[in-house]
Amino acid sequence: MYKTLYDKIWQSHLINEQDDGTSLIYIDRHLVHEVTSPQAFEGLRLSNRKVNSPKRTLAVADHNVPTLDRELGIKEEDSRIQVEELDKNVEEFQIPYFNMNDTRQGIVHVIGPEQGFTQPGMTIVCGDSHTATHGAFGSLAFGIGTSEVEHVLATQTLIQKKAMNMLINISGNLDKIVTSKDLILYIIGKIGTAGGTGCVIEYSGNALRDMSMESRMTICNMSIEAGARAGMIAPDDITFNYLYEKPMAPKNQDWEKAVNWWKTLPSDTGAKFDKIVDIDATKVTQTITWGTSPEEIVSIDGTVPNPDKISDEVKQNKIKRSIEYMGLTPGQKISDVEINTVFIGSCTNSRIEDIRSAAEIIKGKKVSTNVKALVVPGSGLVKKQAEEEGLDVIFKHAGFEWREPGCSMCLAMNSDKLNEGDRCASTSNRNFEGRQGKGGRTHLVSPEIAAASAITGKLTDPRNVT
Amino acid sequence: MERFNTFKGIAAPFNILNVDTDKIIPKQFLTTIKRTGLGKHVFDEMRYKKDGSENPNFVLNQRPYDKSNILIAGDNFGCGSSREHAPWALKDFGIKCIISTSFADIFYNNSFKNGLLPIMVTKDERDALLEDAKDKENPEIEIDLENQEIRRPNGGKIKFKIDPFRKKCLLEGLDDIGLTELHENKIKSFEESRSTKHPWL
Repeated sequence: MYKTLYDKIWQSHLINEQDDGTSLIYIDRHLVHEVTSPQAFEGLRLSNRKVNSPKRTLAVADHNVPTLDRELGIKEEDSRIQVEELDKNVEEFQIPYFNMNDTRQGIVHVIGPEQGFTQPGMTIVCGDSHTATHGAFGSLAFGIGTSEVEHVLATQTLIQKKAMNMLINISGNLDKIVTSKDLILYIIGKIGTAGGTGCVIEYSGNALRDMSMESRMTICNMSIEAGARAGMIAPDDITFNYLYEKPMAPKNQDWEKAVNWWKTLPSDTGAKFDKIVDIDATKVTQTITWGTSPEEIVSIDGTVPNPDKISDEVKQNKIKRSIEYMGLTPGQKISDVEINTVFIGSCTNSRIEDIRSAAEIIKGKKVSTNVKALVVPGSGLVKKQAEEEGLDVIFKHAGFEWREPGCSMCLAMNSDKLNEGDRCASTSNRNFEGRQGKGGRTHLVSPEIAAASAITGKLTDPRNVT
Repeated sequence: MERFNTFKGIAAPFNILNVDTDKIIPKQFLTTIKRTGLGKHVFDEMRYKKDGSENPNFVLNQRPYDKSNILIAGDNFGCGSSREHAPWALKDFGIKCIISTSFADIFYNNSFKNGLLPIMVTKDERDALLEDAKDKENPEIEIDLENQEIRRPNGGKIKFKIDPFRKKCLLEGLDDIGLTELHENKIKSFEESRSTKHPWL
């Protein structure tokens, strides 16, 4: 029988299956961070259990960490306690850990791939919904809750039911100006935030084959915004080249064996998908969000929608509420909307390629006087690489702040947050009400649009910055 | 986990589309290292005004809904972040059951781990229950998990489907980890064969 990439990984990790389909699957890799783990470790202690496989686990503090003056420690007491709790837990349970001052520290979904901890064919989990990111390597990667974090720590397995197979087939080529961020926002706009519920999405098509791992990660990362727990892309030479000689990737003979196995993973021709969505790549434009749901998208040259044209009352109310919260007017040109904050960072767009593309636009220009702009690299290693290339100097000259790595303003758990009424062009993944700070307004954009908007002080097509 | 018994409780009409977990429990409350105490912060931004006082327009601040045990919710409830703080906060407030047409996968899963029952019904059934809940004089609905039945104030019944394993775990208050540990030998032999075949894993 022909199998999909997801079928193959699922079957090779199946330990037990009950008659009703409830299955016990093996977990190859578990990433742990400070926010969703303290209650899980506490549970282990209360029931006198150990961590089953510390070597398959990697911990890092990312959500709460300061991006300024890190040497002074964490000012906010709750956040400090949470990170200290992780320090204690990894020590007690002997889990590999990149602490706040380690150069390898960074956002959990940036460091996994960067270290080669993430590999094709694996099952990878983390108490964070953007775990879908790792699917870019052809692994089955998904977010779990804290009870499941405890379950994986204790048993290295999870109780799951198999999801449906969904194929998003992107035919044709993307315009040169269109990025992977534009593509995934466009896809979410097409299928909606519940479009992938109950499914694992596989993205395929020529446009993806030419894409870097960084771009593929941006796409898989936002699968959860389309409702799917996991998104995946078949591994190929680009995947293997990325992983080669990464610190935790297989070495020598194991490397050869691994690559041979990885090559067998892509979906078989003729494999059956429960749902198929076709996307015409030539129709995808530079896409951003105007509202407070990732499905509320608009082309950079488009306008804010008119709710009166929507017949469904619940939907109409949702759009009215979004327009009100975002302080916009129906029919307004999105490129006329002024912003006062730019955030380049998050597990969606904080990798070296993102920082390079933004720097390219910023080079020799100045951030608009009304705008506060920051770059938060995804990890200490991304930061180091960027500094070696002199990108930090470009940003600083332009008036950007160059920060230490972490989740930062994506979810504003540390002190990087929007104030009431601030409007931000953000390369992150969620534009929910209050996401970046109470009363803050978020437009999800690509690093290129974020950079262009920082210069003009409005949501801007990078082609219009000269 | 405590057993999930049949109960009758106040149902609140909560027909908002795509309620995300940031809305259920905003990030400023995620710095806790405990599972309890989040009930007072559930739906914080909708529930409280800027000065910290209760927003009288928010349904869970109104009588009798301030004592709700059931939410009749809009489509795609619980989307967004994987934070289990969302079911913890709802549970701590007193919610034991959420009825909607659809739930986001991770939230759905997390709810069961905390004795919070998410029930999926058709749009028509949900809309009928919304009307029931809007009747402030008599908004009580009975949830019978054993018989997979919602009993309406007018005596009508709505049957619902549920995964048999999840049902059993809720009814008996079973601990997942304990159940998995019964497969210890299978897990060990799986691990051994995997290490031989793919030693780098």
